[in-house]
Amino acid sequence: MQPIAALDLLFSADANLIAIVRLSLAVTLSATVFAALFGMPLGAFGALVRFPGREALIVVLNALMGLPPVVVGLSVFLLLSRSGPLGELGLLFTPTAMVIAQTLLIAPIIAALTRQVIEDLWIEYRDEFSAMQVGPLARVAALLWDARFSLVTILLAGFGRAAAEVGAVIIVGGNIDGFTRVMTTTIALETSKGDLALAVGLGAVLIAVVMAVNALAWGVRRWSEKHAG
Amino acid sequence: MRDRPSDLPIRFKAVDYRVGPTAILSGITLDICPGEPMLLLGPNGSGKTTLLKLGMDLLTPSGGRLTFAGRPEGIGSRRAIVFQRPVMLRRSVAANVAFALAAAGRAPVPTVVAHLLRQVGLAGFERRPARRLSGGEQQRLALARALARDPEVLFLDEPTASLDPAGTKAVEDIIIRIARAGVKIVMSTHDLGQARRLGGDVAFLVAGRIIERGTSPNFFVSPATEEARRFLAGDLVI
Repeated sequence: MQPIAALDLLFSADANLIAIVRLSLAVTLSATVFAALFGMPLGAFGALVRFPGREALIVVLNALMGLPPVVVGLSVFLLLSRSGPLGELGLLFTPTAMVIAQTLLIAPIIAALTRQVIEDLWIEYRDEFSAMQVGPLARVAALLWDARFSLVTILLAGFGRAAAEVGAVIIVGGNIDGFTRVMTTTIALETSKGDLALAVGLGAVLIAVVMAVNALAWGVRRWSEKHAG
Repeated sequence: MRDRPSDLPIRFKAVDYRVGPTAILSGITLDICPGEPMLLLGPNGSGKTTLLKLGMDLLTPSGGRLTFAGRPEGIGSRRAIVFQRPVMLRRSVAANVAFALAAAGRAPVPTVVAHLLRQVGLAGFERRPARRLSGGEQQRLALARALARDPEVLFLDEPTASLDPAGTKAVEDIIIRIARAGVKIVMSTHDLGQARRLGGDVAFLVAGRIIERGTSPNFFVSPATEEARRFLAGDLVI
């Protein structure tokens, strides 16, 4: 009977469920934006600029793609806890702390994948750009523009990773009802309590969000192949 | 556009180009001056592409002296190159030409883009994705991008190597028109029929050295070297 109760919650637009979904999307979208602002320039820098330690940076970024969420959560917890270096900001157990944790989790993914995409494109374009005497800024702009559809796919991958994450946000958010409770932490909590209706309902929403993100990524790819070559 | 400083003549004087211990070009002495097309003939690996890239100032000689109108570095805006396999930007045909115009410091206005596309027979292709064009169409688009620089010298690296006869004819016709408009053509090829059709001067390279120079009729009728005779006879020349 749990699926029926879950459907009831979904179709009755349960206020509690809507609040949880809204907070989840707000946190994840914010984290994706901040991770993109940090990760994409870093990735482009790693792809186009030769500097001492570049290889090490690439190895570290690639390794951080597999960063365990609980380790990120623990690190942010220590940073924001009352005795931590940023404790005075009072951010622990707030949505802001959850955004910070998710940003740290997905920024390396976005940076590493951006570097790979931009570098591959640069290798392809290098001779033509040199022959056309394209300046450095114009090169970066052109590479980012021509890689735009791949970069959107990377963003969506980061969004999907953040949306499905539970370990970090439960540590730094505290899963406080009505304040920091998001879809994944609620599913974990309600499942442990044996109250599966809400958990199943949120699970359905979460899957729908992830499916929608992937469908969007696929659509972007198909559109780009058709219209931009 | 024609009042910009010239890079011609491009003068190679005993130019060498090495990659590590390997000599790609040795002792190249050659003047690229306004006038008839210059064809670089020779087998694969003879150094034709490297010579073109040196002329474009994309590579730095390992030895010797290379000057552009007497200067050690070219101005560049009057030179253009079409590679054997040109890379199309992931944009429309018109956007590819507009990008080349902007890179050359020219306003990428639609009328100029349309004019350049007409010159290479791609009128009506403006909105098509460049990467979905056929090989011959991509070569013509690459020629339009090169012409966007309003070049005085155009380097062509085997531009018809992977094209069928119809595609080859279309590209050759454009090259002839460009040459007649006063643009110096420097083109590498190992297609002897094409070299005969385009005429002009011939520089024959083997193993990184120019071993014979002359006008096209002289080269094809009475080659001076044994290597050239064997090359024209279709023998393997390495």
